[in-house]
Amino acid sequence: MIETLTHLDLSPFVLSFKLAGVTTLLLFFVSLPFAWYLSQSRSKTKPFMEALTALPMVLPPSVLGFYFLMIFNQIELNFTFTGLVIASCLYSFPFMVQPLQGGFESLNKNMLEASYLAGKSKFKTLLFVALPNIKPALLTAIIITFSHTIGEFGVILMIGGSIPGETKVASIAIYEMVEIMDYNSAHIYSLIMLLISFVVLLSVYVFNHSQKRVGGFH
Amino acid sequence: MLQIAIEKELHGANGLLNLELKCNIEQGEFVAIMGKSGSGKTTLLRILAGLEEAQGSIGMNHVTWLGARKPLAVQKRNIGFLFQDYALFENMSVEENLLFVKKDKKFANELLALTELTSLKKESVTRLSGGQKQRVALCRAMMNRPQLLLLDEPLSALDSVMRLKLQDEILKMHRAFGMTSIMVSHDASEIYRLASRVLILENGKIVKDGTPKEVMMENTKGLEGELLALNEQNIATVLLGHQLIEVAFSAQEAKGLKVGQKITLAMHKTL
Repeated sequence: MIETLTHLDLSPFVLSFKLAGVTTLLLFFVSLPFAWYLSQSRSKTKPFMEALTALPMVLPPSVLGFYFLMIFNQIELNFTFTGLVIASCLYSFPFMVQPLQGGFESLNKNMLEASYLAGKSKFKTLLFVALPNIKPALLTAIIITFSHTIGEFGVILMIGGSIPGETKVASIAIYEMVEIMDYNSAHIYSLIMLLISFVVLLSVYVFNHSQKRVGGFH
Repeated sequence: MLQIAIEKELHGANGLLNLELKCNIEQGEFVAIMGKSGSGKTTLLRILAGLEEAQGSIGMNHVTWLGARKPLAVQKRNIGFLFQDYALFENMSVEENLLFVKKDKKFANELLALTELTSLKKESVTRLSGGQKQRVALCRAMMNRPQLLLLDEPLSALDSVMRLKLQDEILKMHRAFGMTSIMVSHDASEIYRLASRVLILENGKIVKDGTPKEVMMENTKGLEGELLALNEQNIATVLLGHQLIEVAFSAQEAKGLKVGQKITLAMHKTL
């Protein structure tokens, strides 16, 4: 057992975290203006955009993966880390946009208008008034996107293959171990994933709970 | 001078309403707007602030706010606005709320001193009482030295003692800075204390325009009620709608009154 642990190849975890980190960072900057726009928009195209945003939540990963495979084939992105990042960004898009949009929509509209009346632009209002007042939603969006990317499997299987150090993330590594019946390593990998995921989610809920209590007290 | 000539179709709870207003407001005037809910009072303030669109024209001291090709942006109108729910920036302290508007510490301290909030300036606004919050909002609204102050029922959520204090402070600010002010209010005493002119809105139109005395002391036709009791001191209990009131009559007046009789009471209108 100890020997198994010392010889454990941690590179799939490192890759998983790298993928999740890059995806979360990119998505944050793309989603922030988009979620803000959706929250403030009264346009007739809004439901259309919301439906498109939510699509990755209901589509089977194999469907998304299949389309990515077809498109990436043309631009030689299959079986590359960059390909994984692009696919992950689209796959996790709703997990970043929806909590942010919900947070912005729950803000007191008069508070935002007070900022405009004070002469502040929409950008300044977003940065200094809206964002600081949706901290729980912000944290939820970041953590859920990060964990969702860590837990990604189907899309990566379709377009990434299993190239060590490039596309072999933790979930794929576990799948391979099961295939070659190395249940010992699969157990250890799975347990690590389980613990990390639980701790991350627990920290989000503890933080949000404490924020609500602070809010409720005053 | 503020020149208003606007039109807007509103889809309210009472169906379609055509807001159609035309009036001029002199520099430094304090105007109160009264009217039933749904008569377009808040919409008028929001149109003036540039928070809602409308047809027509608005001009403030020779600057066109509305009526040119593109309405002047909210940010460029230099307006102070007091909301009923304060709308403070909850992530900031009292002082930061003011400094966010304009980085002028000296003026912020002056305003805080004027409203007796100096000791609370480092406090988070979420910890303040309703009255304190509205005072912070008043200071914040003044930070840009606005040429127009709009007040949307700013005191209606406060108790009567706090309301009197805030009325004093609004009056203090108005006298100190001389900005044109427009306030929506239902409170007759508040209007009497603060405003020099009252507009009454009904179904989107101005139906009365005058000094508070002229508008609010006008005689009404009278209210019909039922006489329920009349005691020996000639004090009658009268049912007006669902409300019981007591009316003192002179011996002369009480003569011939019978319990159960319909009577008409004429009174001075106070609202």
